[in-house]
Amino acid sequence: MKEGLNIIVCVKQVPDPEGPPSAFEVDSESKKVIPKGIPPVMSPFDENALEAALRIKDEAACKVTVLSMGKRLAKPVLRKSLAVGADELILLEDNSFEGLDPYWTAITLSSAIKRIGTYDLVLTGRQASDWNAAQVGPGISEILKIPSVTLARKVELREDGVIVERVLPNGYEVIKAPIPSLVTVSNELGDLRYAGIKEIKAVQNKPITTLCASDLKVDLSQTDQIKLLKLYPPVWDRKCNFIEGQDAQEIGVALALKLRVDKVV
Amino acid sequence: MDEYRGVLVFCEVEENIAPITLELLQVGRKLADDLGVELLTVVLGSDIKRIADELVYFGPDKVYVIDDPLLKSYNGDACTTVLERLCEALNPDIILFGQTSVGRDLAPRLSFRLKTRLTTDCIDLSIDQDTKLLLQTKPVYGGNALAVYVCEVKPQIVTVRSKTMSPIAYDENRKGEVIEFDTEIDELIIRTTVIEKVKEEATGIKLEDADIIVSGGRGIGGPDGFEQIEELSKLLGGAVGASRPPCDLGWAPSTHQVGLTGKIVTPNLYIAVGISGASQHLAGMSESKRIVAINKDSKANIFKVAHYGVVGDYKDILPAFIKKLGELK
Ligand SMILES: Cc1cc2nc3c(=O)[nH]c(=O)nc-3n(C[C@H](O)[C@H](O)[C@H](O)COP(=O)(O)OP(=O)(O)OC[C@H]3O[C@@H](n4cnc5c(N)ncnc54)[C@H](O)[C@@H]3O)c2cc1C
Repeated sequence: MKEGLNIIVCVKQVPDPEGPPSAFEVDSESKKVIPKGIPPVMSPFDENALEAALRIKDEAACKVTVLSMGKRLAKPVLRKSLAVGADELILLEDNSFEGLDPYWTAITLSSAIKRIGTYDLVLTGRQASDWNAAQVGPGISEILKIPSVTLARKVELREDGVIVERVLPNGYEVIKAPIPSLVTVSNELGDLRYAGIKEIKAVQNKPITTLCASDLKVDLSQTDQIKLLKLYPPVWDRKCNFIEGQDAQEIGVALALKLRVDKVV
Repeated sequence: MDEYRGVLVFCEVEENIAPITLELLQVGRKLADDLGVELLTVVLGSDIKRIADELVYFGPDKVYVIDDPLLKSYNGDACTTVLERLCEALNPDIILFGQTSVGRDLAPRLSFRLKTRLTTDCIDLSIDQDTKLLLQTKPVYGGNALAVYVCEVKPQIVTVRSKTMSPIAYDENRKGEVIEFDTEIDELIIRTTVIEKVKEEATGIKLEDADIIVSGGRGIGGPDGFEQIEELSKLLGGAVGASRPPCDLGWAPSTHQVGLTGKIVTPNLYIAVGISGASQHLAGMSESKRIVAINKDSKANIFKVAHYGVVGDYKDILPAFIKKLGELK
């Protein structure tokens, strides 16, 4: 593996997607999902992307920069990236960054990446767990005019390029891309490593860079080309027919008979 | 400004016309009729004359073919560029892709090239009668909410979740025009290369095609428990599925995953064992014709979509269930 390369990982802060459905209150009036009793976390696929970067860093010295954009970000959540081994954390914070669509998000992140200047690999999660758009990664690659590979389950950085295993419905394919490239990462790559109390303490006072819209020279005055008309919770009009019985034996038999009567088995 | 007209469907080929394409042509036909415009489709590949000719019988008014040896297998760089050129020539109003491995890669790139917007993973599409714009319904927050979008830049591009639209039927009487779209592909624009493809799919019935699926979740507790799931699915002539944790933990291959980021399935019978019913799992199976849930927690979310529910430990229920099914055969 090649030494001294620069990796940028884009990470989004989201309400914990593993919360129960009751934790996602849908406010149709304001067209917002209001998280109830669930903490903000890094979007899980972005954690996988960060893990991909750290695995490369395990093999060969390189610099990992984490980039996160939002209106107001929870520093402890994103500081975790430093605790697990990222070298630098850059926050893009501005009121105008709230609720940006994937198009403008990619434009904003791309200008931050251009400002950083040198990069050999840009990583994002395959999709964010809140709006599930799955466009920002490929979008950045189009804006920066670099190649992209989506849905990685393994990423290796070599002298002459990036080797990516891309998830397919029936297996995977191995793709070679030049440097620099953008790769979006899937959960098959593996979970982000843990940060111990010691590591978390060690980065508590590490400086973080914060940039706003004017630092990035992005004009976000007209960003409503795609409009959210409606937001509503799913309704299930099904009534579950619970199979009853004296014991498990009876219930198992009753279930088999029901399915037979319905002619599904 | 040029006028944007027509509904364009991106055709996917896996040996033959992919099932998702027939679903897109069905909804595309309806949208085109509602707008009073033509339904167009485009197919890319190498030596695909046979596919192009066959497409006519599935309803498009025009089939555009881009036939080039460089398009033999999917390459994002080449496909984005030729589609960009086709769109510049045709100015379609709406473009439909499948939410598939290819669609997920290609649609975002094309939308950025064309400086328009994209809505991925739509489950419902219709035309607003006043504005004539496309109403795009998509689950968000992993399925905890549904969003309806409208896009005011053209073309309006969406990807459509598989199995949410019924496929269009073959009709030999349909007539349509097959048009070669001539475009030169410079090899230098292709920056990524596929070194190899590795198949990992288990033998037997494909999950997406199975009539009956038995799926296990984290509640199964380990690889041993999955042997019981396997036994039940064999007995029923079905396939084995899983929620995400068993795949992440290596109890089941990752190709078995059902859900938002796994496979979308709509079998006649879906049996969910030890699966809590997170919205991301429901995204992949809630449209199954009959759902049976076995879970020891009577409040589990899976019971909201289940037709039949059994509250109990699967280890106690399954043996009697399997035995009785065996007798009934
Ligand atoms: C962006 C994103 C995408 C995702 N995509 C997917 C996806 O595509 N597919 C997917 O499945 N998940 C997906 N997930 C994960 C999802 O949020 C849930 O974590 C997952 O579906 C939970 O799996 P589970 O129901 O098996 O496990 P749990 O939620 O842990 O549920 C286990 C269930 O088993 C029951 N149980 C335990 N023991 C027994 C027993 N002995 N007998 C009977 N019942 C028992 C319990 O009562 C419980 O209900 C995604 C998550 C995110 C954030």
